[in-house]
Amino acid sequence: MEQEKKPEVKTETKPEVKPKKIQTKASTNRKKMIVTLCLTIVSIIYVMPLVMVVVNSFKNNKYIKTNAFALPQGNMFAGFANYTKGMTFGDYPFMKSAGYSLVITLVSTFLILLCTSMAAWYIARVNSLFCKLCYYLFIFSMVVPFQMVMYTLSKTADSLDLDTPFTIPIIYLGFGAGLATFMFVGFVKSLPLEIEEAAAIDGAGPIRTFFFVVLPMLKPTLISVGILELMWIWNDYLLPYLVLDRKKYMTIPIHIQYLQGSYGSVDLGAIMALIVLSIIPIIVFYMSCQKYIIKGVAAGAVKG
Amino acid sequence: MKKKKKEDVKVTNSSMVTRPIRRCFPIFLLPTLAAFFIGFIYPFIKGIYLSFCKFVTTSNAKFIGVSNYSKAFADASFRHAFWYTALYAVVSLVFINLFAFMLAYFLTQGIRGTNIFRTVFFMPNLIGGIVLGYIWSMIFNGILSRYNTSILLETKYGFWGLIILMCWQQIGYMMIIYIAGLQAVPGDLTEAAVIDGATSWQCLRHVILPNVMPSITICTFLSLTNGFKLFDQNLALTGGQPFAFMADGTQVKTTEMLALNIFNTFYGQASSAKGVAQAKAVLFFILVAGISLIQLRATKSKEVQQ
Repeated sequence: MEQEKKPEVKTETKPEVKPKKIQTKASTNRKKMIVTLCLTIVSIIYVMPLVMVVVNSFKNNKYIKTNAFALPQGNMFAGFANYTKGMTFGDYPFMKSAGYSLVITLVSTFLILLCTSMAAWYIARVNSLFCKLCYYLFIFSMVVPFQMVMYTLSKTADSLDLDTPFTIPIIYLGFGAGLATFMFVGFVKSLPLEIEEAAAIDGAGPIRTFFFVVLPMLKPTLISVGILELMWIWNDYLLPYLVLDRKKYMTIPIHIQYLQGSYGSVDLGAIMALIVLSIIPIIVFYMSCQKYIIKGVAAGAVKG
Repeated sequence: MKKKKKEDVKVTNSSMVTRPIRRCFPIFLLPTLAAFFIGFIYPFIKGIYLSFCKFVTTSNAKFIGVSNYSKAFADASFRHAFWYTALYAVVSLVFINLFAFMLAYFLTQGIRGTNIFRTVFFMPNLIGGIVLGYIWSMIFNGILSRYNTSILLETKYGFWGLIILMCWQQIGYMMIIYIAGLQAVPGDLTEAAVIDGATSWQCLRHVILPNVMPSITICTFLSLTNGFKLFDQNLALTGGQPFAFMADGTQVKTTEMLALNIFNTFYGQASSAKGVAQAKAVLFFILVAGISLIQLRATKSKEVQQ
């Protein structure tokens, strides 16, 4: 396309503006067609891995390795056998892992949103030396990789009896506070102080002011941070693996890793079925609030 | 920066709002701070201390100085993991950013179905690393089994497999950032360039690229730090296999990256190696923090220029 367009532009002389414009319009239309075609092909390739997982989840286990790309026909087709098998595969019910994943993700996200937004408001409004110190510590924690603290963190959690799905949200709040607080502080600082002053004049205490005046204004950031935390915690493998009591509690990533890694004979069919089951909620969630997810993720890009 | 300072002054002046909040410290700041102490500050400080100690459990640590660090540097598997990770980070950085920018460029040309394409390209980013690793190991093994081999048998398969996997996951994410950057380029600039007779390549090179430099900086460093911190995908796809043996008999996992190497030193090897593992973790932290610091510098100096 580039080569076609070049001579056109060069041969045109200045007075004849009109035909040039028409020509470029026609060529851009054709260009757009080609781009659309290319993108369609790329996006089909992009979806293929997911399609393959779904296809293979209906295949008999022994054919997955040898005929990964074939459609499940004849004896290859296993129906929902993989799914029913996957439910109890590995001596641990998959639904239990899924339940724990859901509980941990929702409770942690709620706790992080509530506590860090309050903390951020306090830090931004009081702005004392101590607050500034906390703020810089929060920012500092964002650049520390998990491997740095993983051993000591898991030991600390153990000694404080925080190794259950109902107490692990405290760990998540502690380790994830940095990014959330940073984003909230940035947003609170951009809020006009006059509104809170008006609330104070009307006799509202700090708690009322926060929950009825500030929190509603924080909604866009709440959504962004909420989505970032949801995605992080739902997909997180290492932190729950190290902190949770592994014999009693598993999350979906731990469950899948456990089946692949340490369970004697690997049943690929059952694993594919479980992968499909674990992706479905993500896809549904993505499709239903895509706009917010893309916005939230882009907002989190600053974290570095 | 100026704007921020002005606001600070305003905030401190308004004691009407500040003073009552100050009294509510236990409600507002304390819960987060307590959790932050348990989940970050204490483990971090203890981690630094333990990197100078010999220990089996945290309670019987004995201070031994820097010998953990010299052991970490002498560890062939750690050095290999470092170079492997660095190579991976640079190669993935180039591929991810190149493709992400191309997609973003085409998606801002006003073609039909832009939203559908964006949705599709972004989707893999939401799937967790462990699940991604197993999806792709199934696909790669499906292909390689025709040639009677497997992704676990050759280092180069593991390396390029991981690159393909991470491209699939990260391109959509970087694309979103590039789209935001491209949309911020003023339309009259490109229009003026076209009227002056610039080809679309010249327009891209001399008008659009300089204007999206901030996005490029963000994406470059983001993919660099992501590359260095990679763990889940590495564990799930190859888990460090295949293994090689060095001349002195030590085992090196050829596709093992830094984060996985640290994890394996902590939990896989003899319990006496925990101090060395913690020292490796501190070195890893310094490396990642250093990259972040350079990024901060780079973005700040760009801001001043504009």
